[in-house]
Amino acid sequence: MKPFTELYVELDQTNKTNEKIDALRFYFANATAEDAAWAFYFLSGRKPRQIVPSKKLREWAIEQAGVPEWLFMESRDTVGDTAETIALLLPNNATVDETPLHQLVEVKLLPLRTSPEETQKQAVIDAWSRMNYSQRLVYNKLISGSFRVGVSQQLVLRALSQISELPPDILAHRAMGEWEPTPEFFNKLIDPSVDEDEAPIARPYPFHLAHQADFPIEDLGPVSDWQAEWKWDGIRAQVIKRSGEVFIWSRGEDLITERFPEIAHAAGELPDGTVIDGEILPWLDDKVLPFTELQKRIGRKNLSAKILAEVPVILQAYDLLEFTGEDLRATDFRSRREMLESLLSGLADKINGAFRVTESVDAADWDGLSKIRERSRTLGVEGFMLKRLDSPYRTGRHRGDWWKWKIDPLTIDAVLIYAQKGTGKRANLFTDYTFAVWKGSDLVPFAKAYSGLTDAEIRKVDRYVRDNTVETFGPVRSVKPQLVFKIGFEALQRSSRHKSGVAVRFPRILRWRDDKTIEQADALETIFAMLDSFQNPSDGQSS
Amino acid sequence: MRKDGLITLTSSGLFCEKGDFYVDPWKPVKRAVLTHAHADHTYRGNEHYLVPAEGERLSRIRLGDEADISTQKYGETAVMNGVKVSFHPAGHVLGSSQVRVEYGGEIWVISGDYKLMPDATCAPFEPVKCQHFVTEATFGLPIYRWQPTEFIFDEINSWWRRNREKGKASVIFAYSLGKSQRVMNGIDRAIGPIFTHGAVERLTQAYREHGVDMPTTTYVGSVESKKDFVGSLVVAPPSAQQSVGWLRRFGSHSTGFASGWMMVRGARRQRAVDRGFVLSDHADWPELLQAIASAEAETIYVTHGFGEEVVRWLNENGQNAVPLKTQFVGDVAEEGIAANEEGVS
Repeated sequence: MKPFTELYVELDQTNKTNEKIDALRFYFANATAEDAAWAFYFLSGRKPRQIVPSKKLREWAIEQAGVPEWLFMESRDTVGDTAETIALLLPNNATVDETPLHQLVEVKLLPLRTSPEETQKQAVIDAWSRMNYSQRLVYNKLISGSFRVGVSQQLVLRALSQISELPPDILAHRAMGEWEPTPEFFNKLIDPSVDEDEAPIARPYPFHLAHQADFPIEDLGPVSDWQAEWKWDGIRAQVIKRSGEVFIWSRGEDLITERFPEIAHAAGELPDGTVIDGEILPWLDDKVLPFTELQKRIGRKNLSAKILAEVPVILQAYDLLEFTGEDLRATDFRSRREMLESLLSGLADKINGAFRVTESVDAADWDGLSKIRERSRTLGVEGFMLKRLDSPYRTGRHRGDWWKWKIDPLTIDAVLIYAQKGTGKRANLFTDYTFAVWKGSDLVPFAKAYSGLTDAEIRKVDRYVRDNTVETFGPVRSVKPQLVFKIGFEALQRSSRHKSGVAVRFPRILRWRDDKTIEQADALETIFAMLDSFQNPSDGQSS
Repeated sequence: MRKDGLITLTSSGLFCEKGDFYVDPWKPVKRAVLTHAHADHTYRGNEHYLVPAEGERLSRIRLGDEADISTQKYGETAVMNGVKVSFHPAGHVLGSSQVRVEYGGEIWVISGDYKLMPDATCAPFEPVKCQHFVTEATFGLPIYRWQPTEFIFDEINSWWRRNREKGKASVIFAYSLGKSQRVMNGIDRAIGPIFTHGAVERLTQAYREHGVDMPTTTYVGSVESKKDFVGSLVVAPPSAQQSVGWLRRFGSHSTGFASGWMMVRGARRQRAVDRGFVLSDHADWPELLQAIASAEAETIYVTHGFGEEVVRWLNENGQNAVPLKTQFVGDVAEEGIAANEEGVS
């Protein structure tokens, strides 16, 4: 694992893209296919099921380092990462473990999952004693399933593209779906002579992802070049029907076929060689339900008849990526969309409403579209997706052809009352905040938010928290109420589980209102007035 | 802290009523005895100062020409109203001292900031026995354990060499008083020319005047051609990182940050530098415990940094420790995690 650890350190050490690509290229050019397969597996964000829980690692590290548990926890809060804390606390060690990566994973790590605890413990302690600091860090991350390093799969593919001379898009496609990190897999991945037609039938296409439109919308040119669709808040999915089998993939490349039997069943009616891109939504009485309803379903192992009846799902289909076994991604969106419409309307009586072609919203100009967009909140959508009618279906996040055009968030001025240290890049800084609004003369917690401030502001707030702590509850500090922030969020829902009586979706800090005193912060009534101002899909009542 | 002790904590700082002086006061007082010249220990506005002679020029830069400053060498004793006051090396930066205060058999040591690791730019830490030991705790967690200095300098040297081979400048951010000079003293000066930020240059000159070995340096502002920076080392205070305009003149460059905080990956990522070098002028966890043990004090007062954690550890391990809420900030201010570097110009 020595070269892999060195790669990790190099990647972790620089924030320059070219240096990262150089390091990746150097690694893959010199690694055996056995090691390269595992390296690619981990670097593209995949992980085996947790081998040893980090709780156990912590227990054994506490014993080995001879520190009390509270001191371990204080250290962890400062470091913001358990694997790293352990690596730092263990006694120094200059030895280097020379085991190749694939051997470490296949022989030493994976079999441990089913071993008795005592065997696991001996193996882990033995490994620690043979490794230096960086190796321990990587080892701890691999064994606890928390391996992450600052590279995107796209970057890894760019490096591999330089080695294999295959375009990154082809590599991205080959790396989709389920595969085992074997030398055969890796050799095929970078082999220019492999025929794409022999791909596994379950393999999805890389998703095309959009950026937020961060400019005046008129800059997009004539509105007639674009299609506007409602932007749904559900689970992005790709539905595949090939060789008589159905596969449903999430954007995170999880196979979720079993979780959505309604859609899987209907997909069985599609002709072989069909791939549809769309959004899975909880849908009842011709209306979308709040995302939280869908979460209820996702969390369950067994889907009871009750939950299926309470939270039925449909697929809002918006693109056709493959038809009669032919890859349509290079075809223009207008044609793909027409084919999608005719395919689904021809099957209408068989698929029984489980697939809908997402509505195209038309207006004569951007102003008109902008007016229609104001209805978003009432409809339970986030705004529009704008898609250029003559564009191909691209790979990954791309600027230019697809744009998210979301409605402005709801906002509230709230008071900082609790703070906790962040993790990773925000380790040892108080960056995780709880905000409150007035309920009579009390401040009640209403939302937690982690992002939105600049680095300089974060340092200032961190300083404030340290100097104005009132009480400490474990890692959480209550602070003197003084700082006011403008909080933005996407949706509101009544909730009996929250002290304030409302749950908010995607809260984040929009800006520090250092011009306001806490008396000027908003009250709970303002939030309830917002709830009532639009027909909230969760109550099913109109106002 | 006992109200009737020789040293008490007031809103202005650590006060010796019997001798009528303060140690490192943060509000203006009549007589101030200073441990070292860092901003959070050396405030302007006091009527009279007593500073260690070994760091006199640094105090002068910090306090200005008007300040009324007396100096005293390490190991010498002044008597103020019967109270004996002496300075002892703290190993933190040039002239940094522990202040030993004795009256009627009661002995206090206020150690300021300190480290035990060897540093060629200042006198090594000297253990001083006492009954009451006031200690910092900037890096008071067991995750902080420094590597040998030579190891860190090997890293810095090879970073600089590699950048030079690629035709890049190496910009290293280091606190302008102490860390910068330690970097320049320890680095392999054969690799290439060294340039300094104005704040660093002035203090480096003071180090030279005190007889500390410093390489030849050129003030960045005096350079006419940008080409001169190719392959060079540039030493700048952490605040310079925010100044995009100032950095632009170096063309293609790599950035590094020399600080104990670089021990933790998250802190390094917050800094957004290419390389972090774990080089600290404060004691790490083992050094803190060693320094505390060597003082053999009855009571240990723990000030800034991870004070609560160190206090709890000491009390759980059979020692008598209490937290002391001072306004010292240690490396937090010096090295910019909660940056407040205006104090250094």
